[in-house]
Amino acid sequence: MGVGKVVLVTGAARQLGSRFVRRIQHDPEVERVVAVDAVPPEHDLGGAEFVRTDIRQPMIAKVLAQHSVDTVVHLDVTGSTPLGAGGRTQVKETNVIGTMQLLGACQKAPTVRRLVVKSTTSVYGSAPRDPAVFRETTPVKSLPSGGFAKDAVEVEGYVRGFARRRPDVAVAVLRFANILGPDADTPLAEFFALPVLPTVFGYDPRLQFVHQDDVLAVLVLAALEARRGTLNSGTFNIAGDGVLLLSQTARRLGKPTVPVLLPAVTWIGQLLRTAGVTDFAPEQIRLLTHGRVVDTTEMRDTLGFEPAYTTAETFHDFALGHGPGLLPPARLAAAVDRLAAAVGTDTDTGVRR
Amino acid sequence: MADAKVIPFDEDSRGRRGAGRARARTRKAAAPAAGKAADGPQPPLAAVPAAGIPAQADGGRPADPPPTAEAPSDLAGAFGAVADRVLGGDWERKVASGLAFLRRRVTGDYEVDEFGYDAELTDQVLMSLLRPVFGAYFRVEVRGIENIPAEGGALVVSNHSGTLPLDGLMTQVAVHDHHPAGRHLRLLAADLVFMLPLVNELARKLGHTLACTEDAEVLLQRGEVVGVMPEGFKGLGKPFADRYKLQRFGRGGFVATALKTKVPIVPCSVVGAEEIYPMLGNSRTMARLLGVPYFPLTPTFPWLGAAGLVPLPTKWVIQFGEPIPTDGYPPEAAEDPMLVFNLTDQVRETIQHTLYELLVQRRSVFF
Repeated sequence: MGVGKVVLVTGAARQLGSRFVRRIQHDPEVERVVAVDAVPPEHDLGGAEFVRTDIRQPMIAKVLAQHSVDTVVHLDVTGSTPLGAGGRTQVKETNVIGTMQLLGACQKAPTVRRLVVKSTTSVYGSAPRDPAVFRETTPVKSLPSGGFAKDAVEVEGYVRGFARRRPDVAVAVLRFANILGPDADTPLAEFFALPVLPTVFGYDPRLQFVHQDDVLAVLVLAALEARRGTLNSGTFNIAGDGVLLLSQTARRLGKPTVPVLLPAVTWIGQLLRTAGVTDFAPEQIRLLTHGRVVDTTEMRDTLGFEPAYTTAETFHDFALGHGPGLLPPARLAAAVDRLAAAVGTDTDTGVRR
Repeated sequence: MADAKVIPFDEDSRGRRGAGRARARTRKAAAPAAGKAADGPQPPLAAVPAAGIPAQADGGRPADPPPTAEAPSDLAGAFGAVADRVLGGDWERKVASGLAFLRRRVTGDYEVDEFGYDAELTDQVLMSLLRPVFGAYFRVEVRGIENIPAEGGALVVSNHSGTLPLDGLMTQVAVHDHHPAGRHLRLLAADLVFMLPLVNELARKLGHTLACTEDAEVLLQRGEVVGVMPEGFKGLGKPFADRYKLQRFGRGGFVATALKTKVPIVPCSVVGAEEIYPMLGNSRTMARLLGVPYFPLTPTFPWLGAAGLVPLPTKWVIQFGEPIPTDGYPPEAAEDPMLVFNLTDQVRETIQHTLYELLVQRRSVFF
């Protein structure tokens, strides 16, 4: 046995991947970190060894063997378009074919002991027939029909197959709620960056967020040995406490909303995508129609992870970085206060001055 | 609603004296309600049902917290004979708290639970909108509210009728306004509710959620009072000829959930809702076209267009029955179909019997 762990991280050129690489190499349990991506990293990877390879190619098996990797952290399952051009088709290929190739390589690598896969809560879909709160075991009524959500469903399917064939490998699948933070580059962050937020008329979806720092923390937790009394293999929902409605997020961000009739939303989404403003995929529209909330009991009790940020705090942190929009909440509050002063009352105490 | 608001003040005394009931619909609607809500001999107290009015007249959104904060009778007692003077002071408070409410709303500084239940909006706005319908229009009489426990989970099982689910909303107001512990009924609704725009948004904010075991279990385990109508669309959209005949109670899923979470089942019988939209026929073609379970043909709808949507002002009684405990059964009881069916039947029979009793006592459909 070697002294420490050798961790291989896929998708290391991206924001999340590079942050994770920098974070994990400081852990005393970890001896070496091998960072893998098809494109050169834009961010600093610290002392990690970068291997430029496409996980869709069989080369990845050689990398695993050469470095006697024992922990694989698969972060190259993503919803946003890749750094280089290529569009949706390439993302889908990396997500699905890349995962298949990587899992095939892991299966043949006897040194691999642990596998962590980044997934998403969008595997639950969003439908009016679904329960309001999804548990890890909730049977899904309407499987996502396309996009990243469908990729994630397929990826999870392959991971389950792998776990059956290699029962000696501890497998953790982390289903993340919408990741936000000061510099998260998720499609939802792009949506919130729009000056005016299009919403679906007559729907006020419930949203849940997880902070980018919590994402890193839980990935580290899953990649290392389980702490006493916890189990870090299995499937876990990862989300901050609490819920925000879309209308609340818009007001906290100080952005006006434009309700659009559901049939027109798809059309506007396409328009925005064509214009390159944001990747307003059909699954995003479904999320912004019906919302999605997951239960995080397993995350707390089994995985033993307590997120540092609640959903509201995560959004607050995101809003700080993205500045107030056209209707700053502070100014609106001041306007109401002025009105109250004119009437001669105090909004804080509700008592006449 | 506009005329119903103004009436209670003078109408109260008239209704009290009056054996000679005026034929005008509005009068009939207002008088008994005012008498009941005041719950005492002093005529000025009739201000209570009207309490929602100043706030609404005062430009919409800011609603009146006092009636929600205290039980109506307390409020009435506090006002007493000096109603005039206090009303002046109260106005100020209302405006102030209304503005504070507005401030929280425009800045998004409020909380909802994971089901989307917006307690503040429900208490301050939505309930104030439903209250006149409850008190002045349907003049709902609530009986046996103490059968809902003051704390801990409970499953309220009710009959379902009326073409549109107004009975659920009225039951929610009944629990909210009449329960001494101020409990809130979390209703389980059909998936159709969550497909319709606006309706789904309001339902979520009122604390409703989808009728499924997962959601019901979470709510009951958390100690909420959950309301369910096991008849579903079969009860809601049954023909007028079948009124007050309970339909099949689904597969007894609600009983299994109550057994699993060990909460008492409170049977609830609603009389009066059956006649609000007498459903004489059902246009299957229209229902299929619109994708709804039924398309009602009533004496007024769709012939009078939107005016046909005005419900008949029937007089309602909502009676909560003795709770049926479920904590005495072993943990595996929820998996025992015989026991579940028996309990389902027991609940169903209780509600049906209560309905018959209430119908015998009822003097007229409208008062």
